[in-house]
Amino acid sequence: MSKPKLVLVGNGMAGVRTLEELLKLAPGKYDITVFGAEPHPNYNRILLSPVLAGEKKLDDIILNDEDWYAGHGITLHKGKTVVAIDRGRRRVRTEDGTVAGYDRLLLATGSMPFILPVPGRDLEGVVGFRDIRDVERMLEASEKHRHAVVIGGGLLGLEAANGLKKRGMNVTVVHLLDTLMERQLDKPAAALLQRALENSGLSFKLEAQTEALLGEGRVRAVRFKDGSEIPADLVVMAVGIRPNIELAKAAGIHCERGILVSDTMQTFDPQVYAVGECVQHRGELFGLVAPLFEQAKVCANHLAEFGIARYRGSVTSTKLKVTGIDLFSAGEYQGGPGFEELLFQDPSRGVYKKLVVRDNKVAGAVLYGDTVDGAWYFQMMRDGTDISAFREHILFGQAHVGDSGHGAESHAARLAEDAEVCGCNGVCKKTIVDAIIQKKLFTLDEVRAHTKASASCGSCTGLVEQLLQSTLGSDYSVSPAKKPLCRCTDLTHEEVREAVRTHGPKTIPQLMGALGWRTPDGCHTCRPALNYYLLCQWPGEYRDDPQSRFINERVHANIQKDGTYSVVPRIWGGVTNPRELRAIADVAEKFRVPCVKITGGQRIDLLGVPKARLPAIWAELGKHGLVSGHAYGKSLRTVKTCVGKEWCRFGTQDSTTLGIELEKMTWGSWTPAKVKMAVSGCPRNCAEATIKDFGVVAVDSGWELHVGGNGGVKVRATDFLCKVQTDEEVMEYAAAYLQLYREEARYLERTAHWIERVGLPYVHSRIVDDAEGREALRARFLESQRKAQIDPWAERAQGAERHEFEPLTLRERNNHACIA
Amino acid sequence: MTPWTPIARLEEIPRQGARVVATPEGAIAVFRTLDDRVFALLDRCPHKGGPLSQGIVHGARVACPLHNWVIELDSGQAVAPDEGCVRRFETRLENGMVAIALPDSLVGP
Repeated sequence: MSKPKLVLVGNGMAGVRTLEELLKLAPGKYDITVFGAEPHPNYNRILLSPVLAGEKKLDDIILNDEDWYAGHGITLHKGKTVVAIDRGRRRVRTEDGTVAGYDRLLLATGSMPFILPVPGRDLEGVVGFRDIRDVERMLEASEKHRHAVVIGGGLLGLEAANGLKKRGMNVTVVHLLDTLMERQLDKPAAALLQRALENSGLSFKLEAQTEALLGEGRVRAVRFKDGSEIPADLVVMAVGIRPNIELAKAAGIHCERGILVSDTMQTFDPQVYAVGECVQHRGELFGLVAPLFEQAKVCANHLAEFGIARYRGSVTSTKLKVTGIDLFSAGEYQGGPGFEELLFQDPSRGVYKKLVVRDNKVAGAVLYGDTVDGAWYFQMMRDGTDISAFREHILFGQAHVGDSGHGAESHAARLAEDAEVCGCNGVCKKTIVDAIIQKKLFTLDEVRAHTKASASCGSCTGLVEQLLQSTLGSDYSVSPAKKPLCRCTDLTHEEVREAVRTHGPKTIPQLMGALGWRTPDGCHTCRPALNYYLLCQWPGEYRDDPQSRFINERVHANIQKDGTYSVVPRIWGGVTNPRELRAIADVAEKFRVPCVKITGGQRIDLLGVPKARLPAIWAELGKHGLVSGHAYGKSLRTVKTCVGKEWCRFGTQDSTTLGIELEKMTWGSWTPAKVKMAVSGCPRNCAEATIKDFGVVAVDSGWELHVGGNGGVKVRATDFLCKVQTDEEVMEYAAAYLQLYREEARYLERTAHWIERVGLPYVHSRIVDDAEGREALRARFLESQRKAQIDPWAERAQGAERHEFEPLTLRERNNHACIA
Repeated sequence: MTPWTPIARLEEIPRQGARVVATPEGAIAVFRTLDDRVFALLDRCPHKGGPLSQGIVHGARVACPLHNWVIELDSGQAVAPDEGCVRRFETRLENGMVAIALPDSLVGP
């Protein structure tokens, strides 16, 4: 049986990216034919500006060379323009009469520069700024001629002007309005930009309406409505683009300003898909690369007949590709009624920052002169992060809100080549930049996959995004606003959780089936998450799936680098006695444990135990009442305490007793990520309660409750939640808080990140303000604990999961069949 | 000529899981997928030597428990962008008995 045929019209970034995504999902599904009007393979159109400016060569910006097409069995027709689509017979025809039949047609015809309808527009020396041919014409002109006029003071026009000036031309930018880049910048930022560009040698003529281009044969001058004229040997029209829809229109496919597509990137003819600058989706047109790539992903998903992705529009940001000018803009940058504006201005340094805020969330940003935090603001904008906690510092950047990781070091561009960017995975700047260039990476996810940079704690994400920006020098592809749980699905953590709550599937296979998982049994990222979500939703009812647990939780011990395990018995509140210590010492001796270490959580770690010996060790410890400390789990770890008023001359409350009570209530609970608690007996806070997920600090009149702290890569001190009077209240609030976290945080999200995402006021409203809700949360927690508080070590010491701990042995060879 | 060595009945290996067989030259991990295919690899991740038998098995792949490299069970190759390969052994499932093709040197005296 022959394969279905896919024809792509338009050999540009959006179309070819769709093919790449399709080949990833369903290689070999289609016979693919590509038509491109330009005589080149697919190249990176957004890097035409650096080519014009002489910073890059044409060869540098080729994305897919001809070997790529050949290697994937794709038939490429370069330099052939498709002039007709016969939808009845399902075939396309080119100018030179080449005909190709299709089962699916993908239109990615892009856009055309808009040429002002003024007299003289057909003169020689009048060009758009759209493709390699345009750049070649501009370069030719720059060698022979002197005066260039760029009509249009937007992103593209300014980049063209900058390039021509670098090529030695005398450049004037003409703009109809009184501010440059009015679609990205407010007036103050635009004024700063104009001044910087003037200093670099560009001239401007604003509020000028072009009336005619003068000349015979070649253009000679530009005349304006007010009668004035300026000399011009080259005129670049950069007043905008319009979708290239003539072909689709002629074939009777419904178009307005662009080709109308649905959320599945289908046109009105279901056999015909369209992506890129030629489409109109929910009333929007597209000119930046990020939305194009998101569309490509969705379209490929449907071409592969997976049928689950939806395109719902994109949030975009822009950056000007003019060397020496840092400019960033995103979202509702203008502000206005209903918005608040946060401003920072330092004219002598040439820095201007404006954040537009609504309901304590970032709605837009304009940054000029210092764009280091652009990626950070943009991330918060996409995530809808509540900024009330650090609003007063937000304009000073990420480095000032105690959340900087390595981002505080300096501008990515200024970093030395061997500077370490990702501390977790030891990745330096050069490795990342080389990977971006050699492997042609566009997105943060791609950089993570190839280099592991920012793939662990994520604190260097901003820096890596900057490296992407500075390397690509462009509005590179940002990750989609909606981050899927993993590659097996397009659904987010929240959407999956909602399905767990409402759909009612009670096993992982049922859940994957109901949600259209792409893989038969998920992956190492999604299975543990689904297992946790089901366990949390259906305590007692859901049967835990050990095969979907990370090894540590499956065998209730911590795997070490040499494949041995560590054993940490629970020491309630950090208080022990000679009998327990003797038992631990005896076990360490009897089993020849190579290393005994006091942990940071006031317990004792037995390191270097072979897996097969774990049940025997646990049996021995269990005889003396020692149980699992869950030091290996996404679960309650320890409750650290100080000695409190029993002994300490400063102590005001009995912190050890309360700590032990807290640990007795919470041990054994599974949580999205590890949870650590502490109780300090006075404000000196010897138990370091203010860097714990839940910290309790005694004051004379009761207890202060603190939430959302952690040590680790990025230290975060807790937020103060409230003050309570009695031990019982501490227990009640702790249970409610833990349950809220268990029910609402994303899997693997620590309380610190969760609280930064949802905001302290939200947690306050649920735990402190709403007494009834707090009681309900507490009740659900205690109910869940009734099923959870079973010592896993005792079960296994008695033979549960035996296969997990016993190796197989080679058996007698019972026949002598051989293989070649 | 590599003789088949029986090691376990299929049901002794958990679905989406693995068991370890000790041989004189190191442990071999024997995996069973969701659809009851059986694969055998040397129990050493090509990255930092992590015990692959302890990883999460999904599809015909396993994620190493130490640093999450993903290894193809049928070829022993690391999934891109990681690069590396671990030694693999032929397996056979006959009458519910799993056997692996072990060179004599790995069976011991």
